[in-house]
Amino acid sequence: MGRRLISYEEKDTWIHRLSGFTKLFFFLLWCVTSALTFDTRVLIVMLIAGVAIFISSKTTWKQVGGVFQAILLFMVLNLLFIFIFSPYEGTGIYGTWTEVCKLPFGVKLTAEQLFYEFNVMLKYFTVVPSVFIFLVTTDPSEFAASLNAIGVPYSIAYSVAITLRYIPDVQDDFSRIRNAQAARGIEMGKKANIFDRIRRTANIIFPLLFSTMERIDTVSNAMELRGFGKKKKRTWYAGKKLSIPDYIVIVSSLLFMIAALLFTWMDGNRFYNPFI
Amino acid sequence: MEPIIEFKNFCFQYDSQTEPTLLDINLKIYPKERVLIVGPSGSGKSTLAHCINALNPCSRPGKTMGTLKVDGVDPAKAGVFGMSRIVGTVLQDTDGQFIGLTVAEDIAFALENDAVLQESMKRRVDEVSELIEMKPFLKHSPTALSGGQKQRVSMGGVLVDDVKILLFDEPLANLDPSTGKNAISLIEEIGQKRDVTVLIIEHRLEDALYRDVDRIIVVGEGRIVYDGTPADLLCSNILNEQGIREPLYLTAIKHAGCEVSPEDHPESITKMNLSPYRDALRNWYEHTETVPKRIHKNEVLSVSDLCFSYKPEEPVLKNISFTIYEGEMLSLVGKNGAGKTTLSSLILGFIAPTSGEIKLLERDITPLSVKERGEKIGLVMQSPNQMISKPMIRDEVALGLKVRGIPEEEINKRVEKVLKICGLWPFRNWPVGALSFGQKKRVSIASILVLEPKILILDEPTAGQDYRHYTEIMEFLKELNQTMGLTIVMITHDMHLMLEYTDRAIVLSDGELIADDHPAKILTDKEICERAYLKETSLYELSVKCGIEEADSFVERFISFERENRKWADD
Repeated sequence: MGRRLISYEEKDTWIHRLSGFTKLFFFLLWCVTSALTFDTRVLIVMLIAGVAIFISSKTTWKQVGGVFQAILLFMVLNLLFIFIFSPYEGTGIYGTWTEVCKLPFGVKLTAEQLFYEFNVMLKYFTVVPSVFIFLVTTDPSEFAASLNAIGVPYSIAYSVAITLRYIPDVQDDFSRIRNAQAARGIEMGKKANIFDRIRRTANIIFPLLFSTMERIDTVSNAMELRGFGKKKKRTWYAGKKLSIPDYIVIVSSLLFMIAALLFTWMDGNRFYNPFI
Repeated sequence: MEPIIEFKNFCFQYDSQTEPTLLDINLKIYPKERVLIVGPSGSGKSTLAHCINALNPCSRPGKTMGTLKVDGVDPAKAGVFGMSRIVGTVLQDTDGQFIGLTVAEDIAFALENDAVLQESMKRRVDEVSELIEMKPFLKHSPTALSGGQKQRVSMGGVLVDDVKILLFDEPLANLDPSTGKNAISLIEEIGQKRDVTVLIIEHRLEDALYRDVDRIIVVGEGRIVYDGTPADLLCSNILNEQGIREPLYLTAIKHAGCEVSPEDHPESITKMNLSPYRDALRNWYEHTETVPKRIHKNEVLSVSDLCFSYKPEEPVLKNISFTIYEGEMLSLVGKNGAGKTTLSSLILGFIAPTSGEIKLLERDITPLSVKERGEKIGLVMQSPNQMISKPMIRDEVALGLKVRGIPEEEINKRVEKVLKICGLWPFRNWPVGALSFGQKKRVSIASILVLEPKILILDEPTAGQDYRHYTEIMEFLKELNQTMGLTIVMITHDMHLMLEYTDRAIVLSDGELIADDHPAKILTDKEICERAYLKETSLYELSVKCGIEEADSFVERFISFERENRKWADD
């Protein structure tokens, strides 16, 4: 059994008690706000708030560490590429030129560029806690219900649930098939070269596909026999009803978003300019 | 009384087939009856059942003739959704039909689809989970449940709707023997508590008769060939004609030269009046000899003090030791999760033991890679679909040789030889898709045999097969064993297989080897059977009731008599 990258753990905090819908709503608003604003002051407030909420969810490093490292790596690459392809983006935005030092190939490092990329980094750090909060504190059973609640049709929302249900089974099938094929001599190890490996993958993928299709056939019969798709609406056993804390979170995150965006555009654009 | 299900001159033909699958069906089933429907694979018994829940023709299109009324409505018009309120169907694959992420969600599924409000949904789920005794497990995920518990949950899933008919499609197919026995009791119990009509489709007649049924219907080649009491059926020749296995105790009584009479309750060994048969049986026992056991000398595989664990505090296998000799046919048994698969994975090198030693031909196999072990020890998986990756039979069989870089000429020679041994030569240029399940199974065996292994390990070789296909596969394996001297190890739940085809059984329970003996001894040992979730053979009860003290010796004699006299009516 492979360890899951991000794992839900049942804990009793105010965040866990919130409905999945609230957390998804918060996550979406938070992302939109962070994407729209480039105001450093707003971003710093969001970062502090995000980290504070994240800490109060009692999430351990073990649950998210692997994914967090992957995101960090991606962010560093992103920042580097911005600099390589557009080293004067910052001076264009802020309209001033403050040279810090000269770099090889005639490129000049400016304080404006550094400040711009610092803002991009802040955006990453504001979004990350809200993603983790949604994924780590929402019972997988509730995922589908929350998606449905924000307006995703239930047949699509349910396919999320059914995928979660069958991932472990398909993983088991995969390792069984891979083992049996390895015993026949079809090895996926590092010894084989890349073309052989691609070709041999087919020897695992086809049996896996066929056995997965058998599963799908069974489960779709089972679902139909128990009335899936009968009505336009469906209810959810695992869905949580919205309670007072949910409304408080929803209203306050909406208010926060409006305030943040108003504050951002007060000076006419989405940037905060410390250079003038 | 009005029948709840009524077929009148009913025919059904799938659009994908040229011949009708059901012909001229006339059948009445009354409310609260318990009816067992038996028939070999392909007889149409499942088609019949799926006409009742409207999967036919709504999900699998086909033409119908005549009339069918279920609780006053025509299923084809009501559709699958309409019928789901009247007929609760439990499919045979308990794993596959588990839809929810947890037990509670799975039970609630039908209610969710009916848009029932959450409070009343929770109340209903609580009620039903109490009925199926799964209340403490409501938050568990399906992977954390045993086969029997999954079966309970699938029953719960249909019981939340107030259905009038419960339809079980081969409920015993994937269960170990003792879980199967419990499932049959549970079906009876729930049927009575809920006052519903119960239909059970099964080909394992003896196991299905563990509890009383009111009526048995035998389906053969699309027609109803019998409709009456179990007792009358068991005294007739219909089961033989249809290729359905009769209960073993009746076979034994017939071997002793007796004619069974319906008045003696032959449908249940517990209730059966044996006084007319006792003397004949004892006489038969005393005059039947056992075939001397084959003596095997050369060690092929030996396992000593093998231990395995993922976490040190939870051992999966504890100090397993045994030896397999050349030419043996051996079964490896135990309930799900007892460690059978782990053991075979260790032998094949998919995982490494924590401690202990495995020797192949008296040499330690630790240094051998999976590929190298695979040349000596062949593994055949349960479903051929899990192995077959090439569209053409010949390519599939040649695959293992090709990846080993063996010259084309040699490959052709070896593939031809194996295809002939496996009876696949006439199909050599066929696409795999055109083969039946049994033929595919042979292809998967052939693709391993071509590597010329010393030992063949088969995972559940006969799972889900009816008596005819079971016999076909097993006779084929027996032939390989006898003509090629191939050592065969079978991981199985099937006690008939164990008794009839193997000389030795290794029994695992909770990671320990608890028995290594002749199957007749094991299946007459109450304690071992209980620990390993096996079921004592009905022959044991028969011999005890007839006052034959050495039950194991009685069973052994019966089996060797059977082997000598087996005549499979292969028309």
